[in-house]
Amino acid sequence: MSIRRSRDWFSPDYQEQREEDGIGHGLHPLDNYLRKDRIPHIWCPGCGLGVILNSYLRALKNSEISPEETAMISGIGCTGRAAGYVDVDSFHVTHGRAIPFATGLKVGNRDLVTTVFSGDGDLFAIGGNHFIHAARRNVDFNVICVNNFNYGMTGGQAGPTTPKGAETSTTPWGGFEHPFNLPAVSAGAGAVYVARWTSYHTDKMIESLEEALDKEGFCFIEVLSPCPTGYGRKVGLGTGKETMKHFKENSKLQPEAAPSEVALDPKDPESDIIIGNFVNREAPTYQDTRGKVFEEARDKLGVE
Amino acid sequence: MMEPGTYFMEGNTACAEGAIAAGCTFFAGYPITPASEILERIAERFPEIHGSTLQMEDELGSIASVLGAAWAGRKAMTATSGPGFSLMMENYGLGLMTETPCVIVDVMRGGPSTGLPTMVAQGDVNQTRWGTHGDVGVVVYAPSSPQELFDYTIQAFNTAEKYRLPVVVLSDEMVSHMTEKVEVPLEDEIELVDRKKPEEPPEDHLPFRPDDDLVPPMANAGEGYSIHVTGLTHDERGHPSVDEETQNMLVPRLIDKIRKNVDDILEYEEYKTEDAEKVIVAYGSVYRTAVEAVDMAREKGYKVGLLRPKTIWPFPEERIYDLAREGIDDFIVAEINFGQVVYEVERTTGGAAQTHLVPRMGGNIHTPEEIVERIEAIDRGEVPPFKEGER
Repeated sequence: MSIRRSRDWFSPDYQEQREEDGIGHGLHPLDNYLRKDRIPHIWCPGCGLGVILNSYLRALKNSEISPEETAMISGIGCTGRAAGYVDVDSFHVTHGRAIPFATGLKVGNRDLVTTVFSGDGDLFAIGGNHFIHAARRNVDFNVICVNNFNYGMTGGQAGPTTPKGAETSTTPWGGFEHPFNLPAVSAGAGAVYVARWTSYHTDKMIESLEEALDKEGFCFIEVLSPCPTGYGRKVGLGTGKETMKHFKENSKLQPEAAPSEVALDPKDPESDIIIGNFVNREAPTYQDTRGKVFEEARDKLGVE
Repeated sequence: MMEPGTYFMEGNTACAEGAIAAGCTFFAGYPITPASEILERIAERFPEIHGSTLQMEDELGSIASVLGAAWAGRKAMTATSGPGFSLMMENYGLGLMTETPCVIVDVMRGGPSTGLPTMVAQGDVNQTRWGTHGDVGVVVYAPSSPQELFDYTIQAFNTAEKYRLPVVVLSDEMVSHMTEKVEVPLEDEIELVDRKKPEEPPEDHLPFRPDDDLVPPMANAGEGYSIHVTGLTHDERGHPSVDEETQNMLVPRLIDKIRKNVDDILEYEEYKTEDAEKVIVAYGSVYRTAVEAVDMAREKGYKVGLLRPKTIWPFPEERIYDLAREGIDDFIVAEINFGQVVYEVERTTGGAAQTHLVPRMGGNIHTPEEIVERIEAIDRGEVPPFKEGER
């Protein structure tokens, strides 16, 4: 029996069985991608993170990308814990630094299919500068941002995506800062692929994640998630189920919308949530442009 | 690497060339005086060696991407000065906690804050030891010449790979901007160390289970080991386990893997200590002044020697303890700060000798004369032993 993994409990020879099966060993379609001995996860009932992580892993599986060639990097927060549950090379790094860590990992080994999976506070408050510069460089990895409109793990504080007026634990009299419109920030900084979905729109999200996995360059996918514990109950979005209903009823699929025009107000029950893949363009990646310049340099220097 | 031979080379250039000689193929940095020449030299040279260089948006990003590249299997380095080093404290800690081999060069300038950007100081010594939060064991080299910047950058990579931690090369503005003779040896004369790799198959591998030397073998990302790496307190599987028991399994080992291998890591040198009654302790650029001060003092009839830590951390504490008991009356610590290593000397003498500080505030190195004057004053009994606030 393996000293490390529970996965051997189900098969006398995991590797052989796996080859026979093609993928999986018959217990759950995503078993190969999960550290089963780390389940159950820590996320609250009603949270969207399980659905979103599931969608990402399904996209990996549908794209026939094996766990061995996959790397996932998370920062700090509820979403930051995702890296601990996936059975791929996974890194749970410091707050805000998932993107520069991923930059080093991907540049260090460009064969790794690399995804940053983190939250709105991690990526856009403490990590905001890294985000815009990775998008500008067009480093070839995907960023999945689970946006729950607040800092969930630390107790529902306001963050860079919290709508104006929302009463959170650090804005008890109502928020007064203007939130980021994440697709606009990403598109403006140079992301070659920009999409927004909600945890209700799993089919669209999986399809979109597959596109991003297939695409070279810096791809950004925002996924809205209920946070009943930290956010929903305070601002009137209610339980996870009620927030999902809100997502279902208020989302409008408008991929043709300009990113600058898709700002959200999830506190207003009547307002639209514009979803879709807003940007999908071609641009040379950081690795390609640097490779070309270095190749020319070697020609000039007369070295191989 | 460079053609072997004798060069007239700036310290920062020698540092970059040492990194290349050590097998460094990933560098991420952010411009900062007086360390920028390292990034510039790397940028010029990396196409030739098929290296990857990134000019990052800040030092937070520089060190984070260096850690990422290290886990991709690269030998990776960054270089900075005080203000950037302060920003790196966060991921210096992540690197120590996750046992990530890499090299950080800190070229010290006057502080605190923006301080004296273009001028020498030695104010970051204790920051390398205590700057990141929590308990850690660290290795810090303090070179005193461009040649040593070349040699100790290679050594820093070897120590980083062998003991799996971010190793600091603690240069200063004077050493880094000095141009001097540098001998580049033949490639096969340079000893290189690579990280230990796991021998067992992935399903039996525990990524943070140490060998007898307290260092775990390291599987890189992409090698099929499905590693999980976290800055949280983690068990031997690498899984977070936020409890007292796991903390007590992990953190003491991170300190002990340096402490218990100190004989292998520690480096210092002595000059004329055999018959000495007083010993100067100096490192980095001040070491060069102190050699001269020993000779000048001896011409005046004082029996003076010199102890020079090459690794500031770990510190040659046993040697100082022994010297204090072998009859050394006074230790005179000359450093370009208001007292950092002096506390370590005072502590390790255990009260068996007097400890004095010859401080300088940054901007320039000591003159040999001012160290000799202090020795003369001590001999006349005019200077009280070091205590806080002494000038």
